[in-house]
Amino acid sequence: MAHLLLRHRDIPDIKKLDVYVKNGGFTALKKAVTGMQPGQVMDEVKASGLRGRGGAGFPTGVKWSFIPKGVFPTYVVANADESEPGTFKDREIMEGNPYQFLEGVAIACYAIQSNVGYVYLRGEFYQLARELDDCLAEMEKAGYLGDNLFGSNYSLRIRTHLGAGAYICGEETALLESIEGKRGQPRIRPPFPALYGLYGKPTVINNVETLTNVPLIIEKGAAWYKSMGTEKSPGVKIFSLSGNVTRPGNYELPLGTTFRELIFTHGGGIPDGHQVKGIMPAGASSSIILVNSATFDKVMDTPMDYESVQNVGSLLGSASVILIDDTCSMDWIINKTMHFFKHESCGKCTPCRDGTYWMLHLVERIHAGNGTNADVQILQSVANQVNGKCLCALGDFSTMAITSAIERFPQDFESKVKT
Amino acid sequence: MAQMVTLTVNEVKVTVPAGTLIVDAAKRAGIDIPVFCYHPKMEPVGMCRQCLVEIGRPMIDRTTSQPVPGEDGNPRIQFMPKLETACTNPVSEGMVVLTASEKAKAGQKEIIELLLTSHPLDCPVCDKGGECPLQNLTMAYGSSGSRFIYDEKQHAAKSIPLGELIYLDRERCIQCARCIRFQKDIAGEPVLDFYQRGRATDIVTYSEPGFDSIFSGNTTDICPVGALTTADFRFGARPWEMNHTASLCAQCPVGCNITFNVRREAKSGGGHSIKRIMPRQNEQVNEIWMCDKGRFAGYHFAESAERLTQPLIKGAPADLQTAQKLVAEKLKEAKAETVVLAGGRLANEDLFNLKQLADGLGGKALLYTPIGGGEYTAVYGLTAGSNLGDLGKGSTVLVIASDLHDEAPIWYLRIKAAAQRGATVVVANARATPLDDFATFVVRYAYGDEVQTVNSLSGKEQFAGAFSAENLVIFYGSDGLGMAGSTALAEACAGLVKSRAGKPNNGLVGVWNAANTQGAYELGFRPATDLASELKGKAVYVAAADPAGDDPALAEALKSASFLAVQELFLTETARLAAVVLPASAYTEREGTFTSAERRVQRFYPAVPPRPGTRPDFALTADIARYAGIELEGRSPLLVMNRIAASVKVFSGISYARLAEVTEQYPIVGRGDLYYGGTTYENTQGLGTHLALSQEDISAGAKPHAALRPKENELLAIPASKVYDRGTTMVAARLLDGRAGVPTVAVNPVTAGKIGLAAGDPAKVSLNEAEYDVIVKLDESLSTGVVLVYRSFGIPISEPTPVKISVAEKA
Amino acid sequence: MSLAEKYPQEIEAIYAKYPADRKRSAVMPLLYLAQRDEGYITKGSMAEIAALLDLEVTEVASIVGFYTLYHDKKEGKYRMQVCNDLPCALRGADQFLESLCQNLGIQVGETTPDGLVTLEAVMCLAACDKAPMFQLQDDDKVAYYENMTVDKTMELIDALKKGGLGESIRDASSREVK
Ligand SMILES: Cc1cc2nc3c(=O)[nH]c(=O)nc-3n(C[C@H](O)[C@H](O)[C@H](O)COP(=O)(O)O)c2cc1C
Ligand code: SF4
Ligand code: FES
Repeated sequence: MAHLLLRHRDIPDIKKLDVYVKNGGFTALKKAVTGMQPGQVMDEVKASGLRGRGGAGFPTGVKWSFIPKGVFPTYVVANADESEPGTFKDREIMEGNPYQFLEGVAIACYAIQSNVGYVYLRGEFYQLARELDDCLAEMEKAGYLGDNLFGSNYSLRIRTHLGAGAYICGEETALLESIEGKRGQPRIRPPFPALYGLYGKPTVINNVETLTNVPLIIEKGAAWYKSMGTEKSPGVKIFSLSGNVTRPGNYELPLGTTFRELIFTHGGGIPDGHQVKGIMPAGASSSIILVNSATFDKVMDTPMDYESVQNVGSLLGSASVILIDDTCSMDWIINKTMHFFKHESCGKCTPCRDGTYWMLHLVERIHAGNGTNADVQILQSVANQVNGKCLCALGDFSTMAITSAIERFPQDFESKVKT
Repeated sequence: MAQMVTLTVNEVKVTVPAGTLIVDAAKRAGIDIPVFCYHPKMEPVGMCRQCLVEIGRPMIDRTTSQPVPGEDGNPRIQFMPKLETACTNPVSEGMVVLTASEKAKAGQKEIIELLLTSHPLDCPVCDKGGECPLQNLTMAYGSSGSRFIYDEKQHAAKSIPLGELIYLDRERCIQCARCIRFQKDIAGEPVLDFYQRGRATDIVTYSEPGFDSIFSGNTTDICPVGALTTADFRFGARPWEMNHTASLCAQCPVGCNITFNVRREAKSGGGHSIKRIMPRQNEQVNEIWMCDKGRFAGYHFAESAERLTQPLIKGAPADLQTAQKLVAEKLKEAKAETVVLAGGRLANEDLFNLKQLADGLGGKALLYTPIGGGEYTAVYGLTAGSNLGDLGKGSTVLVIASDLHDEAPIWYLRIKAAAQRGATVVVANARATPLDDFATFVVRYAYGDEVQTVNSLSGKEQFAGAFSAENLVIFYGSDGLGMAGSTALAEACAGLVKSRAGKPNNGLVGVWNAANTQGAYELGFRPATDLASELKGKAVYVAAADPAGDDPALAEALKSASFLAVQELFLTETARLAAVVLPASAYTEREGTFTSAERRVQRFYPAVPPRPGTRPDFALTADIARYAGIELEGRSPLLVMNRIAASVKVFSGISYARLAEVTEQYPIVGRGDLYYGGTTYENTQGLGTHLALSQEDISAGAKPHAALRPKENELLAIPASKVYDRGTTMVAARLLDGRAGVPTVAVNPVTAGKIGLAAGDPAKVSLNEAEYDVIVKLDESLSTGVVLVYRSFGIPISEPTPVKISVAEKA
Repeated sequence: MSLAEKYPQEIEAIYAKYPADRKRSAVMPLLYLAQRDEGYITKGSMAEIAALLDLEVTEVASIVGFYTLYHDKKEGKYRMQVCNDLPCALRGADQFLESLCQNLGIQVGETTPDGLVTLEAVMCLAACDKAPMFQLQDDDKVAYYENMTVDKTMELIDALKKGGLGESIRDASSREVK
């Protein structure tokens, strides 16, 4: 099947405006702006069952419908912060097929009648931001952005905003703070961005991949979209496959594709004759799925959609599937994830700020072989102590790998501690 | 009336206004929820997570929108799976909050344990020890041991000066952001912020000078640990060794309620020393704040070794009775030729006795002040029921010819807050002032145009609505004005509030330069139009004023007085000229009352015993009067106040007992729960009371006033006030030397350029035939024809005066 | 010369991105501009940006302190930021970084004696399928180098010594999907 999101793989030059247009680009935007009421656009997306690809899987059309009517201005912000370890799909979309993504942003803007959209890119996407700026200039030149789009009285501009190195800015309220020129620290919610977002105005925040789906839905209709994927998780998803696998990379597949298909059919299995030991389906924020001879088939036959992954003790999240083979010990794995979370904790709330510091100390001690059984127990208990008490989800994320590793791979710790 | 909501906190039913946060609702029910980042004066941020509680809400049937009844018939309560923060969640009808369930207690304990992993636990050497929220909450809610390996504690620098006033201990900081939020949201001076992130987060200031804010001391009160301490008190004493006395700040006319902390020390020969000043809550006056001038300068002068302790006759030591008798004899001789000249830092009781003496002799009672117009504020000022904290939507505040930030800092905070609550704030001045940033309208006029400006305001379309608002409070000052100018301005402003006289939250307020100028006016003192000529040839009795030190012309006038007696704290220039010098007690050593410019009479109490050799002013005056055959009350201020109440109409009904009354104030602060409001003292000794309005018949409205204006090719020196100056009560506060700086003048960059001066250059100004060394500051908002000269820096400036300024050779 | 004098057009373009009454939003792009200008962010440029945006210097400094891509100290001309986060580490990033250190004779966090390259270990850069990889940051650019080997990297450093930053190498091999 031809790619729907990673279209550049089939049409290499689609990152050029004329090529994109020749291949049907901007027909959806034109259709929306000239032939549909904003509410109809929203309804179509709602009917498609599209769910957010940023991690939480929240229904996109429903999110848009939370925007209060008659409040002006409103904003759409595309979340291109892509910083979850193991996630590299948004970058490929923006590098390869930027106009489809930007068209999605434009349609979202129209749906909530916002005249300005922002694309928030992580600072490391500095080069990419310049390329997107060029794309936006091209679009404006060609009349796909600007005043009176397609002769309507709707005007729209899209701008990029570059972060500067902070995973937390992927969290939607921290991201808004960052655009406002502040430290990227999350806000307390409620109020949610739909009511109090950018500059205190109603705001929709969506992931890049989520928005890249939108032109297709508008063009081909909700029913067509729903025909892909599963009942509750319709559509296609880009799975970022990394770690101990023969062919790492992005794979665009219907939601509900099994782990087996992704890992073995597409990814070519585990190299050098090793076995899968664990899977982190949502990047560093995952609970690690236990894979051994007893669980192998159950795990491999699990469809990767928002519901089913829970059956094997984890979450789909952003579908950044990190494979861990049997050469790795879990104390090393959590040492890596803890370094990440300690480095990225924004420091606003106590449990995450002090908890990641403490957990890292414990993990390092255990990993270095200086820990005791008591340290492992304390680590488990501190992780539980942090989980559920933080201001945003980062703090919770930081505990996922730890609790699951200790619970599901006890032998890796028993062999590590001093007796 | 706000809608009321009833909820249950730990089985206690509470009814509070909708919108109240759970933490505050619990507080009203007498239930403490531990907090660190939450502060009742600031927006909640939910950062520290200490206030975790269980929250349940009635289950609502979706079809009927009615609560689902439980087995007992009461609504069934659905609890959230996770603990939630009590500081960010507002109450709702039927809510059930559990603050001390096993689950909630475990959560609170866990947060404390996490916080302590990054805390040095150096309580034995910490200034906050004994009044530390972290310490207290650890005892109350924490666990007894720690599972954290102490060696793995992150170390950070201790004792970092954030400027010379406030020190930061980075290890103790728990990143609650209270100080940052105070500076940003309450003070409007965001000179503190976080640097780095995660566990490395720490507090920094990049301003020049460091922590450049005149409200910095408040951050040490609300810091819930010992991270921020004042240079004034650092290592000064332990909280539990000190006594505390309720008092008032005497540095400006706001009348902030304060507490003196006192202990006995070897340094003072086993006597009592004031160790620090803390704010004391009065929600109608200073809420729970005070400015750094009050905090750091408020008592050092009283502790000074330079204080007068010996009566002098012609410069030679004399015994008190002989000296007082000599004064009495001279004044009695002079009779109607007597002039009593009093300063606005005297208490009401002192002023009353001085006035009685002058009246008894048939002489004059003159007020020594650079600002006129108190006769208008006495008639059209604020009265009962007024509270700047009530001003918001529907209220207008006009500030004219005053830099409230520097002249009455707490009013700046309160007017800024009123603007943020929706009040229309009009700031009119000839130059930019910090309040401009928060004003609804900024009006710029040329110096000399004050009266015309007032006149035109109510006419202008854009303002018209503002001046017919429900409430109108006008603050007028003396920026660029002398006696005649400020008096004319007061009269003009009075015209705008005339029809509102007696209505709460309406009236005229004078931004005086002393704590009790308003009281002096109320008690019948009036300034002289031409003071020098009033003094010549008279028998002059000066109390708490230094005219000779301020102005050589007044020194000359005093030299030609027939007799001069001076009652003072220090051997001032004026005292040096006096035939008789009488040492007075400082206000820290006695009791009395001040009348704030908002016309609130408040009590202060004795914090330390009188300096040996001194007596309170009212008593010194009563003795002199007695020797002159006039019977005055000299036994105690309380008795003097009874006489005032009996004979001065606006004081009628006021007594010390009445002034000591307290009603419940919100937020509740200063009890066992320092973590909630900070270390501000609870007010247990009196909120004071408003004076009635004087019914004197007095004209109001703008009258033409001929102001001096710069002529072509001529510069005009303009008097202005700065928060930190070199006045009598400021010089002893050595900590503020750097902030007060050297004598400075401000000019427009264009003016400076023409003369060849740049910012920071030394210059010479000559004024009234004398020359002074100054440093030049640039201010683009000034008109090019003026040179701003700050009062109380040794350059005599009481009126706009022609001036020359030239380049000084660099030293 | 101040930033405002040197880059009037860039600054206008930055302002134009945000609503007129939300100038503060310009702080991050202006900091990038300052960093481009001097290689790192000086106190002077923080003060200028504060004045341009009506902020306190402290507020601007606080932004510099929060985000890791702003530097308030001068270091090597190029920052070589090797990702050794979990996914890259599973594909040998730690070993790659270690041998790079040996080849350059410096530790992570240090700068080569000629001041050319500062070597850093960083968190995930969204290039996990092409490990080992790093990004190279100079005053004006951030470029990705993927599917790297120590040899290729040393060649690149030689090239850097001679001239500027080449086009970033993107190995497309791993993108081919059947
Ligand atoms: C710590 C943290 C990091 C996140 N990072 C990202 C990210 O890099 N990209 C993203 O799209 N969403 C990220 N999210 C999720 C966003 O907060 C938000 O839910 C999402 O952008 C919504 O878009 P969607 O509905 O299209 O998924 C993150 C959330 C958290 C708590
Ligand atoms: S959980 Fe971590 S990242 Fe989120 S607000 Fe708290 S400290 Fe910041
Ligand atoms: S989170 Fe509620 S007091 Fe800090």
